[in-house]
Amino acid sequence: MTAPPAPSPASVPAVEVRKASLIYNPHQAPVHALADIDLTIAPGEFVSLIGPSGCGKTTLLRVIADLEHITSGTVQVNGVSPHEARLARAYGYVFQAPALFAWRTVLGNVKLPLQIQGKSAAQCDAIAREQLERVGLSGFENKYPWQLSGGMQQRASIARALSFEPRILMMDEPFGALDEITRDRLNEQLQQLWQRERRTVVFVTHSIAEAVYLSTRIVVMSPRPGRIVRVIDSTLPDERHLGLRDSPEFMDMAHQVREALADGHHD
Amino acid sequence: MNAPTSPPDLRVSALVVLAGIGGAWALLISSLADPATPKDGAFWGATIVVALLAVSGIRRLAAIDGPRMYASASALLFGGWLLYFWQLFTIALDVPRVLLPAPSLIAAAFGEHMGTLQSDFVQTVVRAVALGWVLGSGLGFCVGVAIDRMPFLQRGLLPLASLTSTIPLVGVAPIAVMWFGFEWPSKAAVVVLMTFFPMLVSTLAGLRAADRLERELMHSYAASYWRTLWSLRLPTALPFLFSALKVNATLALIGAIVAEFFGSPTSGLGFRISTEATRMNMGLVWAAVAVAAVTGSAVYALLVSIEKRAAFWHPSVRGKK
Amino acid sequence: MATTTSAPPPSWGQRLTEQGLPIAVVLLFTMALWYALTVYLNAPGAIERVLEPKGPWTWQDLVAATMTVQRPVLPAPHQVALDLYSSLVDWPVTSPRNLLFHVAVTGESTLVGFVMGTLLGLVLSVCIVHSRTLDKALLPWIVASQSIPVLAIAPIVLVILGTMGFSGVAPKAVIAMYLCFFPVTVAMVQGLRSPQVIETEMMHTYAATRWQALWMLRLPAALPFLFPALRVGIAAGLVGAMVAELPTGAQAGLGARLLTGSYYGQTVQIWSALVMSAFVGLALTAAMGAIEALVLGKRRQL
Repeated sequence: MTAPPAPSPASVPAVEVRKASLIYNPHQAPVHALADIDLTIAPGEFVSLIGPSGCGKTTLLRVIADLEHITSGTVQVNGVSPHEARLARAYGYVFQAPALFAWRTVLGNVKLPLQIQGKSAAQCDAIAREQLERVGLSGFENKYPWQLSGGMQQRASIARALSFEPRILMMDEPFGALDEITRDRLNEQLQQLWQRERRTVVFVTHSIAEAVYLSTRIVVMSPRPGRIVRVIDSTLPDERHLGLRDSPEFMDMAHQVREALADGHHD
Repeated sequence: MNAPTSPPDLRVSALVVLAGIGGAWALLISSLADPATPKDGAFWGATIVVALLAVSGIRRLAAIDGPRMYASASALLFGGWLLYFWQLFTIALDVPRVLLPAPSLIAAAFGEHMGTLQSDFVQTVVRAVALGWVLGSGLGFCVGVAIDRMPFLQRGLLPLASLTSTIPLVGVAPIAVMWFGFEWPSKAAVVVLMTFFPMLVSTLAGLRAADRLERELMHSYAASYWRTLWSLRLPTALPFLFSALKVNATLALIGAIVAEFFGSPTSGLGFRISTEATRMNMGLVWAAVAVAAVTGSAVYALLVSIEKRAAFWHPSVRGKK
Repeated sequence: MATTTSAPPPSWGQRLTEQGLPIAVVLLFTMALWYALTVYLNAPGAIERVLEPKGPWTWQDLVAATMTVQRPVLPAPHQVALDLYSSLVDWPVTSPRNLLFHVAVTGESTLVGFVMGTLLGLVLSVCIVHSRTLDKALLPWIVASQSIPVLAIAPIVLVILGTMGFSGVAPKAVIAMYLCFFPVTVAMVQGLRSPQVIETEMMHTYAATRWQALWMLRLPAALPFLFPALRVGIAAGLVGAMVAELPTGAQAGLGARLLTGSYYGQTVQIWSALVMSAFVGLALTAAMGAIEALVLGKRRQL
């Protein structure tokens, strides 16, 4: 791979995937987890990856996050390889489960990536407190994870992922295990967070409503082999609130996504 | 995270292992040819080369990700090389027998005293250990089943039974000798005491293990207490029982041997180890220890294979977490 | 987290009756059984040696006699208690007549061996978890060693160390050390590997080094596995230290006390030493439990 010329920050796509393929077990029983994926994500976008089980949406996210490796094609994050991006702490990753350490307080958990990066104790403390405030968990700093509800745990894990101010945020079905009411509230909070800070977000979800509500662009995928069926640009205004979900534009978008999913199913 | 590493070429690995073995053979032959000659630079140079080949061979085998066979091969090779270098260094450096006898010496002692060791084995393992283990575990199981319907007694006995695992029960050996004499019955008595409590605790835990759903199912069939015990609760308890049996096997062997340290007339593995040690007859001591070790692992392996067949359905036996 | 009200935790009084009462009943029953056995087992000897020479005797004479026989088959509980008490109180702590002297001797070897074994086990487990070679080649042998009677090697260790000039605490501590080492290593390897994939992947996304992952994730996660092994280890170490005292002619220590008692037919002495060693075992394990509560106190499973 040739070193890319130093580009200006605005013009470098946050994520650039070109003809990426991932084949498991190439010799015995090949599984085409990803086949010829082409995707470019500009900085500040909120992109959702949606599709049925096995369509490769989580795999694609993990590839971008340097948790898995493609067998052919290229992937670039902020203009460098995923490995270098990870070492440069360019992104935060939120898993499906909160993955909080039971032996650390909520504050201690949010401080974890900062401590790994070698920040001073005072800095860690200040930044962590601020992040907890941003997700609405101030007052819970000294509680332990098991003392928090599922939704609060997930909020803490988001605060942790954002603590070192990465330019990109990757989320793998972060609200999947929560009940619908909590989920709606967290969707709204995530939306507001994104509004304020305009980070690039790559978001994997099962839920059409969630994808339409949160994203500026929706990438519909389908399985066997894992590929992109359609990319839909959102026509919804940037400023969103939960009431938007009953509007005709929202319904229309959801309809488009549903159609694309059905198309992918029939292929 | 899951960066693919290229597996070491099997052919090169096989070559390294064989070269190591070949070099080791040559080295050993040459050093044994005349044990009296002082070992010179060539010898030590050759030893280092063989050592490097040995380490490399083990590492290569360990790096292969394939079937279990390769992992066991790596462990076995490691053990084999350990034995080899043990033999080489004790001979080359002329290590005094008292400190560390060479494996060949131990093997010779084993062959020479085969009859003695056999009678020791019978005395300790066949008589004291086997009987004590069966009796102790059996009693523990029966008492466990007996008090299954008496929660009051359970609440009283269980904490006390668990506590006994923290106290040195082998200390009752002198008392057992006083009551049952010097022969193997006193050792068996110690074993019974040591194996009773773990079995009791595990039986109680196992009988409690059947899930509420399954018990309510049996209740809906109007199954009697004994039917439920036989068809549901005992099978569910099997993994617990086997776990205790395995622990008890080790405890039984330790108990019998250590009880013999405290005093035994003329035979037994523990007796053999302690008396021959005071006589500095180290070859025979190591041979007796080897017999005890092999017995322990063999019994454990046997129990594991029985468990595989009896409790094949349990996740721990199936290999899942 | 559920905000439903659950049953209030049992009060002290409730806990006493629920758990304390059955235990007390079992203990009382055991005491009664012990006394009954004392009379039964000592009767022949008492009749023969004490009562017959004096002429006709009654039931009360028999019971009284069985409780005070010089070399009883089974000493009565109060005999043991009195002997224990007198050995602790009647002699200075530095005298070999005082059981505490022997406790100190055995205890010293146990603790030294325990600490060494634990440290060794910790270091080795970290190495095993980070080295594929050690994991596949060495770990199976360590796991297998749990099914062999490692204590049987004690005399060998004593001879080797004796030949090299070591005596006293050292050989006993070495035996206690390797008895603690095996359970600690196996438990720590299991514990260091206990974090779920999601947690190790998370550390990966933070670009944490292996050391950081060890210090911040694996070690804290391994602690709940370590402490049960420490409890097993210290009990095993105590047995090892006691057994190690036997072959060397039994000069001092609880094991030595047991042996001399059996040589000289001093039944009560044997029982006192046994009861004392039981107390020591309980105390050491309780101490481990207290440390565990201190370190892991607030932890709950998520």
